[in-house]
Amino acid sequence: MTDTQTLIEPKQKVYFDLTTSPHLHSKWSTSKVMWFVVAALIPSIIAAITFFGWMQIFIIITAVVFAVGTEAAIQSIRKKKVTWFDGSAALTGLLLALTLPPNFSLSATAIGSVVAIGLGKQIFGGLGYNIFNPALVGRAFLQAAFPVQITTWVKPNFAVDSVTSATPLAAFKFDKIFTDTVPMAIGNVGGSLGETSAIAVLVGGILLIAVGIVNWRIPLSMIIGMFLFGGLFWFINPQNPSPVFHIFAGSFLFGAMFMATDWVTSPITNKGMWIFGLGISLVLVVIRIYGGLPEGVMYSILFMNGFVPLINRYTKPTIFGVVKEEKK
Amino acid sequence: MKKQVTLLKEFTKGLWEINPTFKQILGTCPTLAVTVSVINGIAMALATTFVLVFSSLIISLVRKLIPNQVRIAAYIVIIASFVTIVDLVMKAQFQDLSKALGPFIPLIVVNCIILGRAEAFASKNGPLRSVLDALGNGVGFFIALVIMGGIREVLGSRTFLGYQVLPNGFEPWLIMILPAGAFIVFGLLMGFSNMYVERKKNLEREALIAQYRRVGREEITDDVLKEAGV
Repeated sequence: MTDTQTLIEPKQKVYFDLTTSPHLHSKWSTSKVMWFVVAALIPSIIAAITFFGWMQIFIIITAVVFAVGTEAAIQSIRKKKVTWFDGSAALTGLLLALTLPPNFSLSATAIGSVVAIGLGKQIFGGLGYNIFNPALVGRAFLQAAFPVQITTWVKPNFAVDSVTSATPLAAFKFDKIFTDTVPMAIGNVGGSLGETSAIAVLVGGILLIAVGIVNWRIPLSMIIGMFLFGGLFWFINPQNPSPVFHIFAGSFLFGAMFMATDWVTSPITNKGMWIFGLGISLVLVVIRIYGGLPEGVMYSILFMNGFVPLINRYTKPTIFGVVKEEKK
Repeated sequence: MKKQVTLLKEFTKGLWEINPTFKQILGTCPTLAVTVSVINGIAMALATTFVLVFSSLIISLVRKLIPNQVRIAAYIVIIASFVTIVDLVMKAQFQDLSKALGPFIPLIVVNCIILGRAEAFASKNGPLRSVLDALGNGVGFFIALVIMGGIREVLGSRTFLGYQVLPNGFEPWLIMILPAGAFIVFGLLMGFSNMYVERKKNLEREALIAQYRRVGREEITDDVLKEAGV
């Protein structure tokens, strides 16, 4: 009798956790993911320092420090829990720094970081609420605020002296000169810090895809879209750049691997991701061929970010068991 | 029975409480377009205030003569007359400003602030109150444009009213004199003003609750607070 009683009445009180779904937990926490992405960017950082000189590390440090500082400052003013250590702000700062041109002024970098976190993220309510990719918001602000400095490119030459030079895309746009694919893949061309070396970007990106942080559908659909739409324009007029040039030039791969795949600002459904990636490529090809600016990865990703809620709504999967209504 | 508002309140409410730009969000078109510099903002606000005050006065005087069905058309005729006066005077006396403001002076005719005050206030109130209300809204618009023009001019071209205020070392933010900068500044100012009002309201509410507690009043419901006006 007593034995059964002890079985029925446990010594410790049992509490039931009553929570809403999701009940499945991933081994990845937000901060783990963020720091992992930071780690995946290390090849790009090394490439940037190799090609543009060790001074570029200051741009990266400035961007990260100001991004984290802005996040902490706004959260403490708003009396929210300060979460600068979760790595999301540091990642935003790092991504922003890698999209800036070499030898960019440090004060402008700081402004960009403050805008990226302040206007791009915290004003919407913090991590998970922003519509647009914060790092790209910061860069778009800098592009509009300092259009001359942000398009002053430096020739990579392993030396301290820097010579201004055009990016492959600018060379195509204004002088109709095509750069070979090999230097663009290695990264020995003019361009933003992190974008020039396709190999370094791919190493980090494939690592992220392999561990499952980045969904392969977005980069793949962007590349397929580039072959489709870029190939179409190339087919119509061979004066236009080939799809391969499109993919290796500028920040296409960087955008595909690190910017468009941001969890917060990309669609959540598989079908939506395909639409998202193809849309980015279409907008990008149109900007690159017909636009006034040589490069448009930033604008095309921001543009498609705005469509994400709509894409999510229209690609909502049907609940299992629901019978489709017949059309009358 | 409508609650009678003091004459002073009729004027001051337009400055902040129902500020046409930040609270009613009317007349945003000129707000965003002309605030590239402070002087443009001042000129625009003065022109609008002039039209606002006189059209409110006339509309309030003739409000009982206008048939209800054609009131908007009648208001537009009255407003357009004053806009024509402003436009011609500016063209004759201040050519540079007139050129800088471009089509936005003739467009005062369809400025929502003026039509809004005519429809919401002048058509229901006497001339004195209408003029005070119009003046208050005009000054509110003026304050908004000067703040916006100030921020955009200082950051976008380092100057304030044409005088350089920031050192040459400061790189001007080109975005501030572009439309994007106008939207950013406008949105931030609107957000901050709402935050300020919200905070003030909460403080008043808490003060009242504390007062009620002191007096010993037990039930402090939402209805009681609403009655007290907080």
